[in-house]
Amino acid sequence: MSKPTLATIWLEGCSGCHMSILDMDERLIDLAERVDVVFSPYIDIKDFPDEVDITLVEGAIATEEDLRKIRKIRESTTTLIAFGDCAVMGNVPSMRNPFGKESVLERSYRENAVDNQEIPKDSVPELLDRVRPVHEIVDVDLHMQGCPPSADTIHYALTELLEGRQPQLTEITRFGK
Amino acid sequence: MPETITIDPVTRIEGHAKITIHLDKYGYVDDAQFHVTQFRGFEKLVEGRPYQELPSIMARICGICPVSHLIAGAKAGDGIMAVSIPDTAEKLRRVLNLAQLVQSHALNFFHLSSPDFLIGMDGEPSERNFFGVMQQEPDFARDGIRLRQFGQQIIEWMGGKRIHSPWVVPGGVNAPLTEDVRDKILEGMPEALEIAQRQLVWFKQTLSEYRDEIRSFANFPTKFLGLVNRQGQLEHYDGTLRMVNSSGKVVEDGIEAPNYGTYIGEAVEPWTYLKFPYYKGEGYPDGIYRVGPLARLNVVDGCGTPLADQEWTEFRELERGPVVLSSFHYHYARLIEILYGLEKIERLLQDDDILDTHIRAEAAPNNREGVGISEAPRGTLIHHYRIDKQGLIEWVNLIIATGHNNLAMNRGIQQVAKQYVKSDSLEESMLNRVEAVIRAFDPCLSCSTHAAGKMPLHLQLMDSEHQVLDELRR
Repeated sequence: MSKPTLATIWLEGCSGCHMSILDMDERLIDLAERVDVVFSPYIDIKDFPDEVDITLVEGAIATEEDLRKIRKIRESTTTLIAFGDCAVMGNVPSMRNPFGKESVLERSYRENAVDNQEIPKDSVPELLDRVRPVHEIVDVDLHMQGCPPSADTIHYALTELLEGRQPQLTEITRFGK
Repeated sequence: MPETITIDPVTRIEGHAKITIHLDKYGYVDDAQFHVTQFRGFEKLVEGRPYQELPSIMARICGICPVSHLIAGAKAGDGIMAVSIPDTAEKLRRVLNLAQLVQSHALNFFHLSSPDFLIGMDGEPSERNFFGVMQQEPDFARDGIRLRQFGQQIIEWMGGKRIHSPWVVPGGVNAPLTEDVRDKILEGMPEALEIAQRQLVWFKQTLSEYRDEIRSFANFPTKFLGLVNRQGQLEHYDGTLRMVNSSGKVVEDGIEAPNYGTYIGEAVEPWTYLKFPYYKGEGYPDGIYRVGPLARLNVVDGCGTPLADQEWTEFRELERGPVVLSSFHYHYARLIEILYGLEKIERLLQDDDILDTHIRAEAAPNNREGVGISEAPRGTLIHHYRIDKQGLIEWVNLIIATGHNNLAMNRGIQQVAKQYVKSDSLEESMLNRVEAVIRAFDPCLSCSTHAAGKMPLHLQLMDSEHQVLDELRR
């Protein structure tokens, strides 16, 4: 029997949740024996696969490109995990919402620039007006809080899922922790 | 030019970064561009927050080097309060910063870059990743995991958690070091030092296999920028900025944090979200310079710790000139800095006052502005804050390590493309080498965007009329 498949992706986040995956340290070696990692920033794979058992989604939804990605991920994934506070509730990236995207771009590319003050628009994806949590766009199967969730939490959740059980995260996670 | 090319959105669905290559009418490479495609907006989104909150919010810029942002943010806060923090607090911040240097360099070398060395630049793409390394070279993989773990554990033990620790605050740190933690760190030191030395020996032996890459991986004259201490030695926490040119001559020295704007300007290009800092003495885009491990080892007069100094002397003799110009040697420099970081942590922890409980200075804001500079693993990091009368943030400017290297990364891609692309068809090995030159710089695009390491890449080959001739995606 082939191994269960795991995908991980980061959208609008800081990659801290992905670093927390690596913080499983030597447990990573055992985990790599139990699952096939089929898509991840750590791996060279061209497209998001059509069928994935578990996907960890780090980060909020901030651009048109993120929207397309998260819809494709939902379509292809059996268990979609909102992985970390940005994915669960927008967190720090959504702090830009009250200002509006124009003034956020204005600050970086006109006020705080000396040469060629202009807002990039070629070959770069357009920002959404509001940064949104994953569950506002697609259904989420499991919310994993934490900034980032600890390596122990990630290990527990993945192990439970691989054993066919539903992980109970409310007692062991907290926003921001 | 690329701005006239419309790229199908679906082809970019996995892409965080994108490269375009332009050919002249004879089919030779004319130009190449590195496009960074995400934008975060931290310079604006913190407006209205109390300045004391900034270190912890700014840490969320990056999960790979949160400690750098924590420290630069806290130092900007020290500047606003106009305090000089207790000696012990400074030493503890230094230890934390160096622990992060160790873990972040280990991440780049082992988890992200080593597949290119062990599976090979031309190796099978589906196996060319750290999981492949785990299978083929389990001892090597374990070394990498252990070394990164050691850095992360120091951060966890001292700061309460591995990623986004709230321990560093304006004025100092928020809890003293305990004897127990100090001893645990010192206990782990021999193993970490052994791994660092073993891997340095191994990597030096393999360098002869990479002559072509060394010659073409962003190997050209630029200036180099980094912090140095009062003795002109390696410095990651404080000190002043020094810039040297490609002949090793010091062109700027003793630049204090608040004066960065006199020397560094920022330019925008419409085809990328990553701005282009440049040296104002030469203007844009001629004022190209590099930062990070390679630059730091090029600007200093020595490291200041015995093992690292020995390695540094050898390193500086690598090329004919007095400084090292090939960006391939960022890897080598990273390993030397790991060794330095470990030696320095050990020395700091052996100081008599390291367990002192006076670790925080208290003050209300005394200045309206503060600038914090530190050396992040990837290079010089600048946080500049201005507050209003209530102590709430009014304006922020950030210059992030990876940004400084933007001009050099773009030129580096051109150089690699010119070396390896001679016709109108692309090969996988060429794709990987273009990726590998970027990887040598260890761009922390989370800081401005995302995509550390094994980025999905989208390459387009265009002719002089900007028609797409060929494309490759991964």
